[in-house]
Amino acid sequence: MTFDEIYNITLMQGFAGLSLFAVLLLMGLGLAIIFGQMGVINMAHGEFMTIGAYTIFLFSSLTESLAPGLIQVYFPVAIVCAFLIAFTFGWLAEWALIRHLYRRPLDTLLATWGLSLGMQQLFRSTFGPKEVSPTLPDWLMGSWAPTEGLDIPINGMFVLGLTIFVTGCVLLALYKSRWGLRVRATVANRTMANATGINTTRTDRLTFAIGCGVAGVAGAAFTTIGSTGPTSGSLYIVDAFLVVTFGGAASLWGTVVSAFGIAQTQSISEFFLSGSNAKVLTLLMIVTILMLRPQGLFAAKVRR
Amino acid sequence: MNAIKNWVTRGGYASFVILALILLVAFPLLMDIFRLNLVGKYLTYGFVAIGLVMLWGYGGVLSLGQGVFFGLGGYAMAMFLKLEASDPESTAIQSTPGIPDFMDWNQLTELPMWWLPFKSLPLTLIAVIAVPTLLAFIISYAMFKRRVGGVYFAIITQAVALILTVLIIGQQGFTGGVNGMTDLKTLMGWDIRDDSSKYILYFVNVGLLLDAILLCRWIQLSKLGTLLLAMRDKEDRVRFSGYDVSMFKVFAFCLAAALSAVGGAMFTLQVGFMSPSFVGIVPSIEMVIFAAIGGRMSLVGAVYGTLLVNFGKTYFSESFPDLWLFLMSALFIGVVMGFPNGLAGLYESHIKPRLMRRKPDAPEAAPAASTELHSSVATSPTAPADIGLSGKVSSQSA
Repeated sequence: MTFDEIYNITLMQGFAGLSLFAVLLLMGLGLAIIFGQMGVINMAHGEFMTIGAYTIFLFSSLTESLAPGLIQVYFPVAIVCAFLIAFTFGWLAEWALIRHLYRRPLDTLLATWGLSLGMQQLFRSTFGPKEVSPTLPDWLMGSWAPTEGLDIPINGMFVLGLTIFVTGCVLLALYKSRWGLRVRATVANRTMANATGINTTRTDRLTFAIGCGVAGVAGAAFTTIGSTGPTSGSLYIVDAFLVVTFGGAASLWGTVVSAFGIAQTQSISEFFLSGSNAKVLTLLMIVTILMLRPQGLFAAKVRR
Repeated sequence: MNAIKNWVTRGGYASFVILALILLVAFPLLMDIFRLNLVGKYLTYGFVAIGLVMLWGYGGVLSLGQGVFFGLGGYAMAMFLKLEASDPESTAIQSTPGIPDFMDWNQLTELPMWWLPFKSLPLTLIAVIAVPTLLAFIISYAMFKRRVGGVYFAIITQAVALILTVLIIGQQGFTGGVNGMTDLKTLMGWDIRDDSSKYILYFVNVGLLLDAILLCRWIQLSKLGTLLLAMRDKEDRVRFSGYDVSMFKVFAFCLAAALSAVGGAMFTLQVGFMSPSFVGIVPSIEMVIFAAIGGRMSLVGAVYGTLLVNFGKTYFSESFPDLWLFLMSALFIGVVMGFPNGLAGLYESHIKPRLMRRKPDAPEAAPAASTELHSSVATSPTAPADIGLSGKVSSQSA
């Protein structure tokens, strides 16, 4: 094996880790808002991602049948719609279910699990039990080969780019906008925030809906990597929770760092071990570290 | 006779006796062996459900990984049965006779070291209880000593369930992979598949379950049960009173794990196989819903909840497969939003008062019972007055 080959393999392996990082971060972001900031355990998070994925599928089949000329450009529009639809469902779910349960976190867990079951069956009745994948525009296909022997998949780069964009938006919104200020005030001290005139009920609803919207974008991005089925969401949910918990629930930067760490650990160990052993190793490491440091990597200073 | 009557009314064992009559007399008389075996299978989940009543209802700790312990108990039993089923004569066609078939398919040529203890029945029976309890101890000791609780604990237990599932599926040569351990035939030469042994296993199972309920009831009525309740409601106050709160939680978790493991072992014996589909996250959460629907504070209620949900599941997934998940979803949401104390809570708040009112023809009995109840409340304020539900005192102050 020449030096060039080793170099290329390292680069591609590094990129595989990076795209896993993007996937984990996108999954975790919405949950970091909902679980990290509000403390609501949303077990239906994966299903909100599936909503996003099915939105893309719907758009692609509509474009194909009604306006085949637009197949190259529908994707960005569809992502925005994925956000909006997941946002709306999140708003409704908060209004109908979550707001009654803020004082009973463990019960929220059960109720949202019930919600996720219902949503899965809804997907199954609407879109059928088979996995579907949308027709992707040409510019998302193929791979980029800057030199001989080096192949970087374009969809991976797209997801990475989208992740950076969404993360940037969420960070900006949380730390620079009026809404972010209200959210942080509500998290830090709900009663006091209420007393200073912040409508915490409204803030909660908006926060939950935005978290769901981000989940929708994540699901939309994943359609470029894999297909979507009614139960796809349940595959992501534990990973998403671990990313957020491992990073330290109330810290967005912690989520970013932990997604990076988990992704690199998994992709490096996948290089040496079989897939399932790598997964077990990664999970065991996370659980062990969480046992030693239960507050996660970055503990936020929040009054409890 | 009077002594028995006293025992039944004072300890609130009436609902226990009714449950015992239903399980030991009514079901075996009314059902054929196929249905009865099915009930037996459901009742093995009942062990998990009463474990959850102790852990979640009394201890206030929600675990989403009870399937792990159920599975470990079941696998330990299955390993013994599998070794017995793969003696050299019946596996003569394999390239290595005398090892389980799935090992042979995966090119293993000798039995792994950690399988050896499962050649003996006593060691297996010890392992059924000890392995899950030890794992539970390690997990819970590490977590509760660091005062990790509530949501975080639930997520960690869920991760443990995921790890075990991935491990079992991935290590196909050692565990049988996705298919699990199948073709289990005999226990010490005794065929577990024919009808008479199914009857025997059903009664053994019911006996164990009733014993488990009595054990848990005894713990509930003891000082330990009172402390568990106190901890659930005001953990800090119990800690400031000088109790080591974490060790009580560890105990509750280990108890629930051991009970689940017994359930798992009985499951393997009655159903005849064990697979990773009873270990993972989804079955673990389903087991929580059994306890939630029956009533998270009621041991007897948890058993009814388990039976009801499983009957519903079997019926609906046979007749209306599409509706089942919607119904399950509605059950989850409805129980949590509408009646957090489950069926037992409904009984306590709606049916029981009416039953009490309709008894004017027994004037001596009613006041006697009520004074009994008051005195028991006076002596130990948190001791539940009825096994059906400890509604009055212990119901949700959280």
